[in-house]
Amino acid sequence: MPSASTAAAVADTPQRLRGKAAVQQYIGKKMSGAEIFLHALEAEDARVVFGHPGGAVIHVYDEMARVQPNFKHVLVRHEQGGTHAAEGYAKATGEVGTVLVTSGPGATNTVTGIADAFMDSVPIVVFTGQVPLPLIGNDAFQETDTLGVTRSITKHNYLVRAPEDIPRIVHEAYHLARTGRPGPVVVDLPKDVLMAEGVFRFNEAIRMRGYSVPHECDEVRLRRAVRMIESSQRPLLYVGGGVINANACEALTEFARHMNIPVTTSLHGLGAFPEDDPLSLGMLGMHGMWWANQAVQHADLIIAVGARFDDRVTGMVDRWAPHAAIIHIEIDKSCISKNIYADLAFNADARAVLEELRPLVRPRKVKRWLNKIRDWRKECPLSYADDGELRPQFVLERLRAKTGGNAVAITDVGQNQMWAAQYLKFTQPRSHITSGGLGTMGFSLPAALGAGLGLRAYGIDKTVISINGDGGFMMNAQELAVAAAHGVPLKVVIMNNNFLGMVRQWQELFHENRFSHTDLTDTNPDFVQLARASRCAAFRAERPDQVEDVIDQAWAVDDRPAVMEFRVVKEEMVFPMVPAGKSSDEMITSRHAPETFV
Amino acid sequence: MNQDTLTLTPQQLIRKRAAGEPVEPGAPPQIHQRIINVLLENSMGALIRVVNMFSARGFNLDSVAVGVTDDPTISRLCIVTSGNERVISQILRQLNRLVDTIQVDDVTGADFVERELCIIKVRCRGAKRAEVLQVNEIFRGRVVDVTPDVLALEIVGPTRKVDAFVNLMRPHGIDEIARSGRVAMQRAPQPEHGPEHD
Repeated sequence: MPSASTAAAVADTPQRLRGKAAVQQYIGKKMSGAEIFLHALEAEDARVVFGHPGGAVIHVYDEMARVQPNFKHVLVRHEQGGTHAAEGYAKATGEVGTVLVTSGPGATNTVTGIADAFMDSVPIVVFTGQVPLPLIGNDAFQETDTLGVTRSITKHNYLVRAPEDIPRIVHEAYHLARTGRPGPVVVDLPKDVLMAEGVFRFNEAIRMRGYSVPHECDEVRLRRAVRMIESSQRPLLYVGGGVINANACEALTEFARHMNIPVTTSLHGLGAFPEDDPLSLGMLGMHGMWWANQAVQHADLIIAVGARFDDRVTGMVDRWAPHAAIIHIEIDKSCISKNIYADLAFNADARAVLEELRPLVRPRKVKRWLNKIRDWRKECPLSYADDGELRPQFVLERLRAKTGGNAVAITDVGQNQMWAAQYLKFTQPRSHITSGGLGTMGFSLPAALGAGLGLRAYGIDKTVISINGDGGFMMNAQELAVAAAHGVPLKVVIMNNNFLGMVRQWQELFHENRFSHTDLTDTNPDFVQLARASRCAAFRAERPDQVEDVIDQAWAVDDRPAVMEFRVVKEEMVFPMVPAGKSSDEMITSRHAPETFV
Repeated sequence: MNQDTLTLTPQQLIRKRAAGEPVEPGAPPQIHQRIINVLLENSMGALIRVVNMFSARGFNLDSVAVGVTDDPTISRLCIVTSGNERVISQILRQLNRLVDTIQVDDVTGADFVERELCIIKVRCRGAKRAEVLQVNEIFRGRVVDVTPDVLALEIVGPTRKVDAFVNLMRPHGIDEIARSGRVAMQRAPQPEHGPEHD
């Protein structure tokens, strides 16, 4: 039998204290489940709730009008937009995002966002209405088995059965979402539980005997790591989003500079290590830098931190990093030795391990290795044609120049996402937000809305740029009006090539130019008109010489979103590229060199 | 573009061995059957989370036996599964990752007692009946139901014993069979685990 359950202490962050203070006055009072729920959210210091009302949660909305809780409710126009907005909020601020929707279709519409948050370790809590408990299972109006539907895409999910349970379950849900490897938690709220009366009680201690945050970082492991690092000739740090989640970017940067180890990052790791540092190799993987992949294939030691060896990183697993021993620092044990065997693993918080390890290791003398990487860098640099046509890479370079990197870029999925990853040169954590694992088109705009409102709620003044293709933009374009309504001055970029560009690229490279159902010319709206109809400012550039002007005009708008449509060349492709399932040795570097580049 | 075994780097060999993947060309995959005990919150939906995880991640689930423990808030699962080293280690870690799992033990390597219960209806009359009852006696089975044509027998033991009994009954004509799936428990205090999956 396991030992008696232990209560996890909850750190007294300013947010925590603010939450506690907000609900003191309600403790011990009798009220409806719906009101208990609102105060439970206040106790978690949820500052923005992205929601959409409906029958099953109507009492929550009713109490919201009556009680006036201290958080801001943002009415999104589609529940999927709500979940992505919560993700953007969470990723930009590092706090838990909150969603409130009704039962049935309200709940099922959140599924894509929940799955996205699960893949990308984003802390969000999604509250779904449910039909009254006695009706569950009867195919009642707007009934869906939300627990069943979300079981395999959540870190955990709950069905609440009594109003008194609400504060405990809400507290556990936020704790689960935030700690360890972050992720989405769903709480299903039956209508009768929200209507019933109960006493508001709030206990801060968390008692979950099946859940704890691991810390496997002992003397033996540390000594072994030191030996492995000190005996390596060609070490490499491979950094993922876990470093940002663990607030370990500073520790990582010190670690890398102290030891003189070059750093490559996954898509989600962008921003964890400044790309203007000479040790930075930028992104690795399918559309990563050629030199970064070369470094992987030649390294004799890879220290993976907060990364999960996704197939977009490794390509063919059997051929990835064939000479490298692996040290894996990772909070989620199931990610260790899942795709690539780890010779040494720290199942622990990244910051703690990096900070413990750094003073133990002497700086590495790896001049030859760094020179080798410098040569690779010269051999195959990023490039695009400078021929008077408007190309997306040029637009991104101009955007980078405008912001100096001091902005949050939220990208959609596809070519726009990969070009942004290659050209925006991120230097700050939480300055790059994207849908990586699930690859959800339509992510960027609602996530930017959430990020903008989140930064505002925490008093952080940063420009939020939403970067889209014309395909993905249309998938959640309804949230544009929401951003306008709340006066969020998003800078919305649409790279319009009138194509589903990434699919088009694969069709050209691997499917003999059969552009099956990827041409959007006939179905795309006039984006400038669409934006203006949604109460946004809108501008368009068709030639490179108009780009600067459009960007300046957009940046001058400060009370609503500014949409910039760039009519870019449709044939442009993202290079270099490791074709799916191929080895990282086999990068295609241009349209004209489809043969293996070794 | 496939590399053959001869050109594998030392590091690639280490990875293949650790995963339990065959290193020599043509060698059979190293698939082992494992018995995993799980202590689980005895709450609505906890069991389905475990079973769902197996199906969602494509793991084998040969049998599951579940029942409440002496603590009514905890139930105990005995899972029989199979796979190579990499797969088994993933199964254990994914089980541990579930919030409702309190403890996960791979008992396969340890000294454990294992039992399965089987109720079997055998068609037999006359002299045949004496023969069936004799075998039942040898296996220390119990007769739980009798009709002129059918004997229902209950047999308890390790899976191999139950298998053997079922095979002996087969020629007589099995009407119906119900097996509980395995349950297992370690004998001694729990020994230290190896480094693979702790």
